[in-house]
Amino acid sequence: MNDRYKTTVDAEQAPVIEPGYTFGTITEKISSIVLTRPASNGWFVGFGVGFMLTMMMLYAIGYLFLKGIGIWGDTIPIGWGFAIVNFVWWIGIGHAGTLISAILLLLRQSWRNSINRFAEAMTLFAVACAGIFPAIHVGRPWLAYWLFPYPSTMGVWPQFRSPLMWDVFAVSTYATISALFWFMGLIPDFATLRDRSDKPVLRIVYGMLSMGWRGSARHWHRYETAYLLLAGLATPLVLSVHTVVSFDFAIGIVPGWHTTIFPPYFVAGAIYSGFAMVLMLAIPIRKIYRLEDFITERHLQNSAKVMLATGLIVAYGYGIEAFMGWYSGDRYDAFTLWNRLHGPYAIPYWSLLTCNIFIPQLLWIKKLRTSPLALFLLSGVILIGMWLERFIIVVVSLSRDFLTSSWGMYYPTRWDWMIFIGTIGMFLAAMFLFLRLLPAISIFEMRTLLPEAEVKE
Amino acid sequence: MQPTTQAVGKGKISISPDGAKEARDEIMDEPHKLGSADTKREDVCPSKKGKLDLESVRAQIEAAADEKAGPEYWRSLEELAGSPAFQEALHREFPKGASEWVDSVSRRGFLKVMGASMALAGMTGCVRLPLEPIVPYVRQPEDVIPGRPQFYATAMTLGGYASPLLVESHLGRPTKIEGNDQHPASLGGTDIFAQASILGMYDPDRSQSVMSMGDQQSWQALLNALHGPLTAQKALQGAGIRILTPTISSPTLADQLRGFLKIYPQAKWHVYEPVNRDNVLEGAKLAFGQPVETRYDFEKADVIVSLDADFLYAGFPGNVRYIRDFAKRRNPDGNMNRLYVIESTPTTTGAKADHRFPMRASEVEKFAHNLSSHLPVNPPTGGVVGDNPGFAGPLVQDLLAHRASSVVIVGDHQPPVVHAFAHAVNQALGNIGKTVFYTDPVDANPINQAESIRDLVSDVQTGKVDLLVILGGNPAYDAPADLDFANVLKNGRVPLRVHLGLYQNETAELCQWHINQAHELEAWGDARAYDGTVSVIQPLIAPLYNGKSALEFVTLLSGQADATGYDLVRAYWQKQHTGTDFEAFWRKSLHGGWVERTTYQPKSVAVKNDNFGWKWATDTAIELNIRRDPTIYDGQFSNNGWLQELPKPMNKLTWDNAVLIGPMMGERLQIKTCDMVELELNGRKVTGPVWIQPGVPDNSVTVTLGYGRTRAGRVGTAQGFNAYALRTSAAPWFASGLQIRKTGDRYVLASTQGYQSMDTPNGDHRPLVRETVLEEYHKDPDFAKEQGEEPAPGLTLYKPYPYKEEDYAWGMAIDLNSCVGCNNCMIACQSENNIAVVGKEQCAIGRHMHWIRIDTYYQYPDEAARDRDNPKAFFQPVPCMQCEDAPCEVVCPVGATNHSSEGLNDMVYNRCVGTRYCSNNCPYKVRRFNFLLFQDWVTPQYKMMRNPDVSVRSRGVMEKCTYCVQRINEHKIDAETASVREGKQIKVGDELQTACQQSCPAGAIIFGNINDPESRVSKLKAQSRNYSLLGELNTRPRTTYLAEVSNPNPELKA
Amino acid sequence: MKRERIYGIMAEFDSAQALVDAAKRTHEAGYNRIDAYSPFPIEGLAEEIGFHHDEVPLVVLIGGIVGGLTGYLMQYWMSVVSYPINVGGKPAHSWPAFIVITFEMTILFAGISAVFGMLALNGLPMPYHPVFNVPRFSSASKDRFFLIVFSSDPKYDPAGTRSFLQGLEPRSISEVPS
Repeated sequence: MNDRYKTTVDAEQAPVIEPGYTFGTITEKISSIVLTRPASNGWFVGFGVGFMLTMMMLYAIGYLFLKGIGIWGDTIPIGWGFAIVNFVWWIGIGHAGTLISAILLLLRQSWRNSINRFAEAMTLFAVACAGIFPAIHVGRPWLAYWLFPYPSTMGVWPQFRSPLMWDVFAVSTYATISALFWFMGLIPDFATLRDRSDKPVLRIVYGMLSMGWRGSARHWHRYETAYLLLAGLATPLVLSVHTVVSFDFAIGIVPGWHTTIFPPYFVAGAIYSGFAMVLMLAIPIRKIYRLEDFITERHLQNSAKVMLATGLIVAYGYGIEAFMGWYSGDRYDAFTLWNRLHGPYAIPYWSLLTCNIFIPQLLWIKKLRTSPLALFLLSGVILIGMWLERFIIVVVSLSRDFLTSSWGMYYPTRWDWMIFIGTIGMFLAAMFLFLRLLPAISIFEMRTLLPEAEVKE
Repeated sequence: MQPTTQAVGKGKISISPDGAKEARDEIMDEPHKLGSADTKREDVCPSKKGKLDLESVRAQIEAAADEKAGPEYWRSLEELAGSPAFQEALHREFPKGASEWVDSVSRRGFLKVMGASMALAGMTGCVRLPLEPIVPYVRQPEDVIPGRPQFYATAMTLGGYASPLLVESHLGRPTKIEGNDQHPASLGGTDIFAQASILGMYDPDRSQSVMSMGDQQSWQALLNALHGPLTAQKALQGAGIRILTPTISSPTLADQLRGFLKIYPQAKWHVYEPVNRDNVLEGAKLAFGQPVETRYDFEKADVIVSLDADFLYAGFPGNVRYIRDFAKRRNPDGNMNRLYVIESTPTTTGAKADHRFPMRASEVEKFAHNLSSHLPVNPPTGGVVGDNPGFAGPLVQDLLAHRASSVVIVGDHQPPVVHAFAHAVNQALGNIGKTVFYTDPVDANPINQAESIRDLVSDVQTGKVDLLVILGGNPAYDAPADLDFANVLKNGRVPLRVHLGLYQNETAELCQWHINQAHELEAWGDARAYDGTVSVIQPLIAPLYNGKSALEFVTLLSGQADATGYDLVRAYWQKQHTGTDFEAFWRKSLHGGWVERTTYQPKSVAVKNDNFGWKWATDTAIELNIRRDPTIYDGQFSNNGWLQELPKPMNKLTWDNAVLIGPMMGERLQIKTCDMVELELNGRKVTGPVWIQPGVPDNSVTVTLGYGRTRAGRVGTAQGFNAYALRTSAAPWFASGLQIRKTGDRYVLASTQGYQSMDTPNGDHRPLVRETVLEEYHKDPDFAKEQGEEPAPGLTLYKPYPYKEEDYAWGMAIDLNSCVGCNNCMIACQSENNIAVVGKEQCAIGRHMHWIRIDTYYQYPDEAARDRDNPKAFFQPVPCMQCEDAPCEVVCPVGATNHSSEGLNDMVYNRCVGTRYCSNNCPYKVRRFNFLLFQDWVTPQYKMMRNPDVSVRSRGVMEKCTYCVQRINEHKIDAETASVREGKQIKVGDELQTACQQSCPAGAIIFGNINDPESRVSKLKAQSRNYSLLGELNTRPRTTYLAEVSNPNPELKA
Repeated sequence: MKRERIYGIMAEFDSAQALVDAAKRTHEAGYNRIDAYSPFPIEGLAEEIGFHHDEVPLVVLIGGIVGGLTGYLMQYWMSVVSYPINVGGKPAHSWPAFIVITFEMTILFAGISAVFGMLALNGLPMPYHPVFNVPRFSSASKDRFFLIVFSSDPKYDPAGTRSFLQGLEPRSISEVPS
């Protein structure tokens, strides 16, 4: 199993780590970001902005609790608005992290070693952002805990046929497992930081976090077994989470929701947006912290290829939806299709197709796949597109369903926007903290990428 | 924020408690100041011109105060407030957007009432039983069982006509209005105004004390103030006294007034009501030489021709009974009637017509003239004028073929000659005595009200009037514009002006003395129904604000001792019913709700065969068509939140009146819905928003009265625009020569139904309302089921629940053929189930709370012509379908909505966390969500008003129709106790009625136990017309519909 | 075992290869209470020091089974036994709807037992350990590789063991005080 650590040196492929590094230099380079390098003004600005936006979100949420969700644009028939759109969007973004750390691990893609750490961090923060919405979008948020199966004085229990209950379990499991996975990966690096740092405080803190890791061969053995098993568990989990999220809609009776294609194309879409977010983070990070040697062209290329592939799956999903709308002969599905193309929300729908399908076709061009700037911009476009996709699914489907008398329109309010943008701020703030406090790249896994790491019998 | 709210906010005038409140909420709503929406909101403000800052307004006020330039009284502040500039400025005092939620708060729940209701704090605890013995409908007062309501028979009047009522009373608090099912004028049904009157009675904005020049005064102070002038008038035989009343049918009050006129022979009794029946009166005089009341029996009528008569809607005398009779004849399995409606604006009556012909109001006379030349009435001079519409021939044939079983009925706003024509036709067809009856007028003082008020004004101008007593009504607001009544009061020509009214309204403001009137549910009185039957009005509760009834006040004027209304009414009837058995008679009258042998007997009158003097406008200028408002009538219900929020039947508008323009005309003038337009009619101008309304005849514009109030109260003030400004005594109902100008502003109208067609934009037709014509129905009775594919019953993977084994399985059938779209069920439901009012901008974004709604769909007969000015309209009441396989239940994560063993889709408010998933998954969208704190938890009056059997929902909770589960359980308990008593099982039968069913005058809603094959609902569901809405989804709804079958004239196919 | 002043003798190596070879020879020489430390996992190292069976998979399996049962039985009991209600005409025991949560619970329990099982079996957290007393050991988390023979090893004797380790040409040798 250990050949997963072998660097596949491939003629036309760039290496996953530039030559000339030793165990020591790798260690120094990565840990210095945390230990020695002073926080730049850029960092403070970035973190500051994120923090302010977070405060704005908290303010908006406070007002929300004061007045009720009536301050949002939600109405009848569009009972779900931005809150659910953002929830699905963030959860989707979260997927890339687990995918990279778990699935690519199983697939023995050693290049993932340099990006899995912050991809996992990104997952956690994205899930945290996502987690806010189900809690605050209910009419009586102070009773949201009723969604957990605890013995209540009412003697009643949650209703397990509801996809929302499945969500509760799927998302909380996902958050837990991702956190464990992330923390487990950090243990040996905590040990490194413990031994590198000269400040007593840091030594104590990192020492506690490393739990006395000393790199014993026995420990490494169990560690790897557990790590692999966890990856094996996380893989079906990550696939199940967005499947379950898609059930929120697929189980519903609403035309535009009630579709069997949803689970696969939600998962594909999730990975699609997830990798877009990874690139949006990786490209600036490697630039600012001069990690081009660790996060190489190869990583950008591979991520781009993954986006291209998942993007095409998503496109296929749209296609099938449209085809079924026509082929099923169901008058409501047929109208949903028409309504997306020509209805009052036609502009969002066409922009969605542009952002998610047409523009990303540029990724066929190798030049763009290897140009950081191009990839950065493309990723932005894709993230917007994926947000629009959720908007179309949630809002537009609801706005015109069965009874023409009950058709309506949805207009987001400033409160919707404040909370949405606020979560982005929170995500950024968390990322900035992470970069300062933890090794953004898995040190011990990077070491294994060096040729010196190989032993023969 | 959706950029509508300011539009409402704008109009707001601010009387002090309001101002305080806005100031308070301003702090609360600080956040609204930030955000870009404000700028967006700007451009929907109807009038931005004349915006001035508060300082200048203050200056203005002071100036006015100083040199008495403005109105004379200190109240001139409110006066001034009428001006848009002032409103604008006042509004600006608070930051833009501050009123955003304030406003929604204020319209919803009628604001958290502060000042006004403080007076009542703690009142909720006490029981305010009237002092005099009133007689309960079902059992003696001594056995009051707490928790069990009692029903009292009483009545309320509208335009003088009484609607007989039963009022549900919980421990002395009236909570719900029902129709008196034993009274011929009701048979159990009511109209929306009666249903909503309960809210009117508890309205905290009602006048709460005697007022003089803005100060509270004692009743005694008033007596003193009146004593001098009255004694002075004694000498002049009351030559200076004028009494202005609305239409009065009360024998006792009329008697009192006549008594007063005996004491002051020179005094005059004027009558004015904006929605009056002058034309009917004059028409009768024209035809018969005497005023008579016309009464119809639609149950016997096979063919009905309505010339602009909206006789199937609230406000038309006898409409409740007429709807019942009409609906009885709409059963396609029976002998179905045929209705032709020629109308100048779309009405529910027109919607129910088998043939509807739009026609400008002014052309109806010409049309009638031409008809008469084909009918066996003596030919009018001139013979046929111009060409006849194609439908005239077949229509005439149909009438001739149904002699003695047809009705020609004319709308109140048509000129007298058309009424006279109808009398002649009905006589010629031998309908009189069969379907048409003539009786003495119900109006106790049948005079031409337009003339009456004109005389009054001229008397005032010539200084003949020293004491003007206004008994109710609001002439300063609703008198004809050309009389400028407000000024007449203002200019001080009348030394002493006294106003009696429920509200301190525009008129009260201009009178030195205002007396707070007792509501009809608070005071003794009597009134005549459309057939003359007298109902004694019993108070359900002692006057909340110690108001006085007109009766009591008149007695006082005529110098009698301060007799109570009870004494007066009783005394009057004692005079009428001499005899020893008076007690029994009195008791019976109160108990039954009407006085025996008071129904007017038909009298035989003959049309004098003279020419009626036809004269009709022939110009092609744009016609202005003025109508009473479908929900707030003439403005007297402006402050009633239920009625303000009740969607107008044809366009589902709430909280506003609009300028109704037909699609073709709108296209021609390039005017779209929500454009602001300025209407000008001989120099008089008014600005209002446009609603493109299918069915309005071309070259004609309809506006409704009752809006644009300046002193209605916190709910009604400054909603909509004031159409009275265009209304002159010469042309009260329609006038020609209207000019329309687009102002370029936009306005937001809150319609509760976004899309009014069953045809989707992609060219598909959804069979929501299933309909056919009579012949087709006879050929294929199962057409309704064939129009949609419904899965076979029991088509499910699961083992179905054993509903059949239960004692009860509740279900409902709604007969679309009977439903006339009168909106009664909506108000009845709102009253029964404590449903909140949410306010305009909440309605505008679709958050209205009605548990049952009536969907109105328009259908164009032939696609090719797209005859857009004459679509067919359908009504479909939609309560919760109580699906057996309810999609809403499956998706609720906390099980807050689930199914009862009797098939009810229960909603457990306490368990609801408010995910709104259920509403998303409800194909019928009947679930309503408390997005904000919509309920008013503060105002004591509303606490008294609410139905104690139904919980009051708070913020963040989903709610929906429960099939009135509280009523079901009450009847089940009764049945069980009875079973125990009798020792045999007794089941709940058809006596159990839901609120909507009970109030429905058409009997279109039938509810009951579908496990009992003998129940009415089972029988209806067994009919071939029965179908489930969206049955193809296999939700297996318990509420089903009976498809609509119309009965067009075969010769009028084209 | 009897208390020793010395915890063990530790040899430091430069490369993974050197460590693996040294471990192999030490084990062949009959030492079996030994351990090796490296900054990253090295294939086969554990086998060389005589560590063969790993219990983590078993722990995870048990965790998964327990989780799955908990998930399903919880739902069954709550919606069939404890408080059955008629929801949209669906049977109380709507097993297809219960699958999702059963699955999630399986993953959750298995995952948790994987991480905590691993830590527990490794005897972590363990803030203090004698090897940390060796100053150079800090680079075990960077680029150095260490082999230790515990004083509890039956074949252990201070001089002999030290000279044996010398024979492996380590970079340095240090005694680990206990």
